[in-house]
Amino acid sequence: MTPVCRLDQIEVEGGVAALVDGVAVAIFRTHDGNVYAMSNYDPFSRASVLARGIVGDRGGTPFVASPMHKQAFDLRTGQCLDDAAVRVPTYDVRVDGGVVLVGPPQET
Amino acid sequence: MSPHLRKTLVVVGHGMVGHRFVQAAIERGLTETHDVVVVGEEPRPAYDRVALTSFFEVGAKALSLLPAGRYDDPRVTLRTGAEVVAVSPRQRIVTLNTGEDLHYDELVLATGAYPFVPPVPGKDLDNVFVYRTIEDLEAIRKAARKARSGAVVGGGLLGLEAANALRQLGLETHVVELAPRLMAVQVDAAGGRTLSRHVEQLGLTVHTGAMTEAVLGTGKVTGMALKDRKSLDVDLVVFSAGIRPRDGLGRGADLAVAERGGILVDEHCRTSDEHIYAIGECAAPGGVMYGLVAPGYAMAEVVVDTLLGGAGTFTGADMSTKLKLLGVDVASFGDAHATTEGALELVYSDAVAGVYKKLVISEDGKQLLGGVLVGDASAYGILRPMLATATNPGIELPENPEDLILPTGRGLTDIGLPDAAQVCSCNDVTKADIVAAAAAGTTTRAGSTCGSCKVQTKRIIEDYYASQGEVVDRSICEHFPLTRQELLDVVAVHGYRSFDQVVEAHGTGRGCDVCKPAIASILASLLGGHVLDGSTRTLQDTNDAYLANIQRNGTYSVVPRIPGGEITPEGLIVIGEVARDFGLYTKITGGQRIDLFGARMEELPAIWRRLVDAGFESGHAYGKALRTVKSCVGSTWCRYGVQDSVGLAIDLELRYRGLRSPHKLKGGVSGCARECAEARGKDFGVIATEKGWNLYVGGNGGATPAHARLLAGDLDTETLVRYLDRFLMYYVRTADRLQRTAPWIDALDGGLDRVREVVVDDALGLGSELEAAMARHVGGYFDEWRATIDDPEKLARFVSFVNAPDVPDPHISFRDARGQIAPADVDGPVVLGSTIPVGAPR
Ligand code: SRM
Ligand SMILES: Cc1cc2nc3c(=O)[nH]c(=O)nc-3n(C[C@H](O)[C@H](O)[C@H](O)COP(=O)(O)OP(=O)(O)OC[C@H]3O[C@@H](n4cnc5c(N)ncnc54)[C@H](O)[C@@H]3O)c2cc1C
Ligand code: SF4
Ligand code: FES
Repeated sequence: MTPVCRLDQIEVEGGVAALVDGVAVAIFRTHDGNVYAMSNYDPFSRASVLARGIVGDRGGTPFVASPMHKQAFDLRTGQCLDDAAVRVPTYDVRVDGGVVLVGPPQET
Repeated sequence: MSPHLRKTLVVVGHGMVGHRFVQAAIERGLTETHDVVVVGEEPRPAYDRVALTSFFEVGAKALSLLPAGRYDDPRVTLRTGAEVVAVSPRQRIVTLNTGEDLHYDELVLATGAYPFVPPVPGKDLDNVFVYRTIEDLEAIRKAARKARSGAVVGGGLLGLEAANALRQLGLETHVVELAPRLMAVQVDAAGGRTLSRHVEQLGLTVHTGAMTEAVLGTGKVTGMALKDRKSLDVDLVVFSAGIRPRDGLGRGADLAVAERGGILVDEHCRTSDEHIYAIGECAAPGGVMYGLVAPGYAMAEVVVDTLLGGAGTFTGADMSTKLKLLGVDVASFGDAHATTEGALELVYSDAVAGVYKKLVISEDGKQLLGGVLVGDASAYGILRPMLATATNPGIELPENPEDLILPTGRGLTDIGLPDAAQVCSCNDVTKADIVAAAAAGTTTRAGSTCGSCKVQTKRIIEDYYASQGEVVDRSICEHFPLTRQELLDVVAVHGYRSFDQVVEAHGTGRGCDVCKPAIASILASLLGGHVLDGSTRTLQDTNDAYLANIQRNGTYSVVPRIPGGEITPEGLIVIGEVARDFGLYTKITGGQRIDLFGARMEELPAIWRRLVDAGFESGHAYGKALRTVKSCVGSTWCRYGVQDSVGLAIDLELRYRGLRSPHKLKGGVSGCARECAEARGKDFGVIATEKGWNLYVGGNGGATPAHARLLAGDLDTETLVRYLDRFLMYYVRTADRLQRTAPWIDALDGGLDRVREVVVDDALGLGSELEAAMARHVGGYFDEWRATIDDPEKLARFVSFVNAPDVPDPHISFRDARGQIAPADVDGPVVLGSTIPVGAPR
């Protein structure tokens, strides 16, 4: 797994983008202390921006809203909550000694 | 039908009811058989007497019920400025003051009422007035110019209206009422006290239980003597101590008259002469005179129906009233004084908030018999249809009737109204009528007269759409059961400073892209501070989060403020140099400034460093905030200009820059009526006049364009700014999220009139508070971009990758378009090292 930043570099309910093996990955931190990683690429607007979205919950599901046109993505699975046909890749992520580590894409 | 068979119908009086009668006669086809001649004594066609007090603000034209001056139907003749002096039932003629006789087949008397003036000494002095017609108000206004203080005799509904008018005219105002409380007919003692407190807070002096003995003075009024009290030092007196039916024509024609006045009529509104009808305030159906417009309208409909051979009858009307008196809601309905045997009273009173509500319910707790609402009459719409009367059992009360009057309207929406419930009493519109109109995409007359049923009507329409599966969301999102305005109130009242505090106390979950930016905006409006400070950063919408507008490829645009569109050659050169050095696309915007596109996020601080050093500041193109105040060149250069429009536009833009609001805000200032700045297309538009400035509000471009409407005219600059301060803060405090000023004004109960009441008349007494809030904003303003580039913590966010801050995002690439850069669309995520896309030309 690749160390990308310290946990305190990610704001609570905020996100950062990191380069992991040449790929842009968005890493989020939620209010309950969890950390999630998914592709930074928004398939709707075709721009690499998801890390800049607002983080919150929909009916208890943690999600990020694309900063471009507000589509919501489940932070745990990458599933788009507004379009069942769309899903973005998620990545293994772990916090170790205050450092965030990102692994390979998760199998679906 | 051949013309010689046509009959002649004469209507005496062109007031509200006479006009409604003619309208109904045309609509229902009575003019197919009858020529209608209307004789009205006033110099103008009928106008909205109910709204008489707004004459000072809106003028006679806006009050007119017949702005064209005549009816579309050629078979109706209107003669204004003509008085009927006698009726001869036997010959069926009426005689005019000109001596002319008019023959009639049927006669309708709609002569209204006149103000009662008690026979006290001095009542005929100069500067003694009544309050009934536009001419009365014109005379009062003229006298008020030379007066300092005035008294209104009568603390009833009309007396308080008149007092409000005197106050608006700048007079120190006294209200003298014989009864021990204000509005004695409608409200009970406790309600009267709450009302008095409100009225006194507005600076009026109330004298209850006071008897007027004489108006003092020789020639002109100098004071007023009260029994057993000190006399009042006033130079103007308005009598508003009740009205009396104008039944003189009836008496002269030997028609039967009710004991307490008014022409006696049967349930068809027919007088004791079979060809003469009487309707409105001059009539006394069953001996009772009704001093309200709704019963008069009902009588007008009944007479048209009768003349068409129908069976309609008038069997009495409910005397419910809801009014806004001096900015205070007052409603009274049914058995307000609980005189029914065994009636129970349910009272809610909050002396601090100035709210008093009382329900009168039947002994078994099932029927609503009446009530009084002071300070908050929002429940009136739902309560009135529930009311039980002699002829109508109303709607059974819910288990906990107190829910109906407790604050925040718990349960109000859950009580279904039956279809037959009358929602608009002025125009007799039922719930079923409103639903049918909503379904057909048409409208009803509900809400068009006194306006008190508007809220209820809106709710029925919303419920209808909701029942059709369309989402009518009243709360902001799933996390808060509140509207934006309620959220703002909650934040202001509790003094919250963070999203966490608000969501823990009033919401559920962790918020979303709807409520977070809304709360961020509310916190910014109320507290000021930097939008990227601490925990508020993660609440900000896309553009606010980076103080720049995101573009289709994830880059940003940069818009420095160019107040009023005025810029020096040096300024232009700096912008040109920055654009050239960072390889940005440049365009003149529709808002009279320059936009630089294609900046990578990590470049924003360096770009702004250059701009700030050259004296530029944030243009807030990214915020729900003031954008631009567009100007035309004005009197500085233009041969037509009458004021310095550029100067004012700059001042206004600098005054309101940075103000966070429910949606973006735009202004415009034109130097003369040619309006080259398109100011009336803006949320606030100012147009220069010879004497000062006209202020327009509620303009909008976008998908639903609207022209701004006149709020106030010929203002000096100081007054203009004061009104604008109030207007903008009132908008910030009460609009919905993402609601521009035009739909906000439309949605306000009372619309533009309401805005005028608050902003110009200061009817709610909010003016100084709103001005103070704006003063805090102006005093607390700082440039967001300068504060950002000077703060390492905020700057830390402006990196492409947290672990590779110097690597430009490989996903972003540009192509050439007309000699400048443009985003190149990229399909799929870009992997660094495999395909390296073309970078920005540098
Ligand atoms: C740049 C500009 C177009 C141009 O090339 O001229 C523009 C560009 C955008 N407009 Fe606009 N509008 C621009 C003038 C206007 C005007 C004309 C004006 O201001 O005189 C209007 C109509 C007037 C009005 O607002 O009433 C206008 C009505 C809109 C609307 C519709 C608003 C509405 O009430 O329906 C939106 C959408 C919104 O705000 O929700 C919008 C939204 C946008 C946004 C901000 C969309 C977004 O969020 O990315 C665009 C990006 C701006 C950027 O990147 O800087 N823009 N937009 C103009 C910038 C003016 C400025 O200097 O700040
Ligand atoms: C300030 C104010 C506020 C009010 N607020 C409310 C309210 O909130 N709610 C409510 O329900 N009601 C209100 N009213 C009462 C309402 O205005 C009246 O009920 C309504 O106007 C009655 O209509 P009408 O046609 O019977 O009488 P009017 O509107 O008075 O019309 C009668 C007309 O007949 C004319 N006329 C009389 N005699 C002759 C003649 N011999 N020849 C020719 N013309 C003649 C008069 O000049 C007048 O124009 C208010 C009234 C005032 C003054
Ligand atoms: S809607 Fe108008 S302002 Fe927005 S991006 Fe399209 S063209 Fe530009
Ligand atoms: S009740 Fe007066 S307008 Fe509807």
